[in-house]
Amino acid sequence: MSKLVISTIGPASSVQDGGRHGAQRYGLTPSGAMDRLALAAANSLVGSPVLAAAIEIGPFGAAFTAREGAVRVALAGAPRNADISGRAVTSDTSVTLADGETLTLGFARGGSFSYLAIEGGIAGEPMFGSLAVNARAGLGSPYSRTLQAGDELQTAAASGATEHRIDLPPLSDGLIRVMMGPQDDEFGDAKELFLDSEWKISATSDRMGYRLEGPEIKHLHGHNIVTDGTVNGSIQVPGNGQPIVLMADRGTTGGYPKIATVVTADLGRFAQIPAGRGFHFKAVGMTEAQAEARKFWEMLRTLPDRVRAIENFDLNIEALQDANVAGAAVSAVDAGTWQVPSSADAQAHD
Amino acid sequence: MAATLSPPRLLPSGDSAITVEFSRNIDDVANQRVLALDRTLARETIAGVTEAVPTYRSLLVHYDPVQIDFDTLGEKLLILTQLPAPPAATTRRWRIPVVYGGEHGIDLEDVAKALNTTPDDIVARHVAGNYRVAMIGFTPGWSYLSGLPDSLRMPRRPNPRLLTPAGTISIGGVQAGVQCLAAPSGWHLLGRTAVKTYQLHRDPIFLLEPGDAVTFTAVDAKTFAEQDRAAERGEIVAELIPT
Repeated sequence: MSKLVISTIGPASSVQDGGRHGAQRYGLTPSGAMDRLALAAANSLVGSPVLAAAIEIGPFGAAFTAREGAVRVALAGAPRNADISGRAVTSDTSVTLADGETLTLGFARGGSFSYLAIEGGIAGEPMFGSLAVNARAGLGSPYSRTLQAGDELQTAAASGATEHRIDLPPLSDGLIRVMMGPQDDEFGDAKELFLDSEWKISATSDRMGYRLEGPEIKHLHGHNIVTDGTVNGSIQVPGNGQPIVLMADRGTTGGYPKIATVVTADLGRFAQIPAGRGFHFKAVGMTEAQAEARKFWEMLRTLPDRVRAIENFDLNIEALQDANVAGAAVSAVDAGTWQVPSSADAQAHD
Repeated sequence: MAATLSPPRLLPSGDSAITVEFSRNIDDVANQRVLALDRTLARETIAGVTEAVPTYRSLLVHYDPVQIDFDTLGEKLLILTQLPAPPAATTRRWRIPVVYGGEHGIDLEDVAKALNTTPDDIVARHVAGNYRVAMIGFTPGWSYLSGLPDSLRMPRRPNPRLLTPAGTISIGGVQAGVQCLAAPSGWHLLGRTAVKTYQLHRDPIFLLEPGDAVTFTAVDAKTFAEQDRAAERGEIVAELIPT
């Protein structure tokens, strides 16, 4: 066994996975990763199941040190500077920390959450099938709270596998799609205002809910409805007219009218919007939302197919492009013209 | 009877959940229909349904849109509402001990003043009620009860508290609550119970089920302290009353 020691870490960082399901009827919220696609990308790089537990790292910096052996990790999600003893590490790649080496991460740039997956997973005791931290309910393992400096995560010793990268499909940087309802009939013209306005995420947001800053969304009949169930992405409007988007640690039920719901396919992208950056919503219908949800889950399921071994010639392509010296006989961007593809490495994660 | 009941509304809650709404109000008949559909759904499993969350007036059905789409699931759920529901698995009646007032129930005096009576009378009214668990939600084990006596109805606090203690016994509007964990709340705090409706390393982890009957009994602070220690050890401090 090796372990990964948390040397430094900011708030809002915790072990998260696909979440715990089945006990919402008792008030237990699923929790789980805020950006499931980024979690899945990190896990795919180290050969773990896509929704296995990894470290969700909030907007601040962090440092992790391998102890009692080497540890192989992969970083995905919000871009940030990363290095091992001054050697730069790129996002969406795996990297092996030798015993005693430290991976240092800077602040998130243009996002909120990054995921550090560990080869061999994180040792812990699942509760309702999940290691995900839900600090309010005292759930999560190996720590039932956010991570702190000095915490240690037990893991497998690094396999010595070659390092890999994952080529993620480009994310739309555009509108956040919502389906109206289930209580959009509690709002009149405010529905248009909601869809037409620019919104910003308040700095007081957390894993339970993102508070939105923008125009006041007025109710037709007051803000108290009878409590009913919530989902990830429910947009409820309390008495002050400032919407709150319910996120992974949401209450399972709530008593404010819900004007709309963020679609599954855009929830992770929404979770990554940094506080203070403007964005717009766009209403879509059920058919489009469900088609996009199916595409999302299919993409998540097949992320491991996008993992490739990092080979030296990849670096050569960049070098050639940078130097602008690609010759006529060899295409720098088409490896097939100068390199016999190796299938062995590409299958390392099959 | 069924002929007089209108079919529920099917409201999309995004692309992966349906709210099956029987009423827009707190309504005992609607809640019985919610719990009946919940039991029927548990018996007649539908592929793609991942979990169901009963509330006062609606059943929220979470599902996987990869396996089933909204229209197909909606039709199936409407058919299930027409089937006779299996009888409730439990007809349990719990007696829950409460230490009222003082530091344990900081709103008791104000509630008494607002209702032009004494704190003792408020306690008498509260313990006289016959309650039923209508739903469990918001945070683990928070049990929302129907059956609050009319004489205890009063609006919620204008300013919700950011944190109220574990075990809080409270009222708000027409609702009564047994709260397990410390949580924000806009309700009036009458007292506390040592009973833990959610306790991780106990069997059962969740004590109450929707549909369970509940009554309260007043205990003094010393008893509460003893029960609190017993509950910490994993004892179920609530009493099951033979029905």
